[in-house]
Amino acid sequence: MIQTDILIIGAGPCGLFTVFEAGLLKLRCHLIDALPQPGGQCSEIYPKKPIYDIPAYPSILAGELVDRLMEQAEPFRPGFTLGERAEQIEKDEEGQFILTTNRGTRHRAPIIAIAGGLGCFEPRKPPVPQLADFEDRGVEYIIKDPEFYRDKKVVISGGGDSALDWTIFLAEGVASEVTLVHRRKEFRGHLDSVQKVMDLAAAGRIKLMTDAEVVEVSGQDGLERIAVKTKAGEVHEVPTDHWVPLFGLSPKLGPIADWKLNITKNAVEVDTLDYSTNVPGIYAIGDINTYPGKLKLILCGFHEATLMVQSAFKRIYPDKNLVLKYTTVNGVNGFEG
Amino acid sequence: MEDNMIRVSVTDREGNVHELDAPTDMGMNMMELCKSAELPVEGTCGGMAMCASCHMYVNSSHAIPPKSDDEEDMLDEAFFVEDHSRLGCQIHLSNELDGLKVELAPVGN
Repeated sequence: MIQTDILIIGAGPCGLFTVFEAGLLKLRCHLIDALPQPGGQCSEIYPKKPIYDIPAYPSILAGELVDRLMEQAEPFRPGFTLGERAEQIEKDEEGQFILTTNRGTRHRAPIIAIAGGLGCFEPRKPPVPQLADFEDRGVEYIIKDPEFYRDKKVVISGGGDSALDWTIFLAEGVASEVTLVHRRKEFRGHLDSVQKVMDLAAAGRIKLMTDAEVVEVSGQDGLERIAVKTKAGEVHEVPTDHWVPLFGLSPKLGPIADWKLNITKNAVEVDTLDYSTNVPGIYAIGDINTYPGKLKLILCGFHEATLMVQSAFKRIYPDKNLVLKYTTVNGVNGFEG
Repeated sequence: MEDNMIRVSVTDREGNVHELDAPTDMGMNMMELCKSAELPVEGTCGGMAMCASCHMYVNSSHAIPPKSDDEEDMLDEAFFVEDHSRLGCQIHLSNELDGLKVELAPVGN
């Protein structure tokens, strides 16, 4: 069990800055994020895009902002549970929250700060009828272990790097048969990957179906075949053991929706006094919260994080007085280990 | 119609048609216009052609600048893509687009 003072859900800019502000008050933090790396949208969607409205930075790349926030948080030794989704919360007999992830990792803290941005990033699922019936019975949205596909027939859908890279990898001595289905003729992956896929197709080592999409999945006991419809309107049946649709990730509010929080339009309602939710001990900051006048800006999230930790401190230590200390006077005194 | 104002029509996913007056001197795009009219367009990435949550169909023959590679690439991750699919955030409102007709594309799972 991982114990901390503030359990932060979401390791985006707002969650990372919370570590710093909490650290100044001697509160320790642990972050949970469904993505395998910190930074949230900034790392996942637009790491190379410049941001122009961070005070004192006329321009900073989103990825660089994340690096700097990590550096700023580092003295306070945050813990990370990455690649896992915060799934379930309950309270123990001491009034602390126990949070369990989808992989069963358990965390304990008196305070939860939801800094979940747009929610957790999950694979985009194509709108194919009965798809859910075949999930984990032949349909997978992520390739975790390529060995799983050894000597199997595999169909991959998508036009980006992950679709191209896995097609190449599985075609080179892993799967018995690989088919790549893509909605147009052009691919957006790295040029050398695109060339490699074209070469494999020309050599007959993969089957390439462009201007086409998978429209049907079927099978008796698990996936047995898919139907591919071409732009010209022809439908081809392709017998297969697996179908791996790789259409990127999109954010979903996810399990947070079931935590008895007041939610309006996919955002958690908070009190602007301290960004507390209707559940005592749970706060929500950054893009995931809503209140009159809310603006979804990173800089507003920083402000919210700063006020939130003051309130969290008072909840954890009701008898202690808190005096605002300036970093210019006191410096930044991190935790040892 | 005043200078720098156009009217566009947006058909939502229930088939309701919304006639929207849109300024052309505010640097706005169709995603932002739909959001400001509280139509169900997410605009998750804020307008960088990086999420496809403002996928719409253009149902009139207006001369909209062609798709960039970024937009085309992002449409690869969208569903229900047709030849007249566009990302709303890449349709910048200009006087030439008066009378534009778009329809919000269905959202996937």
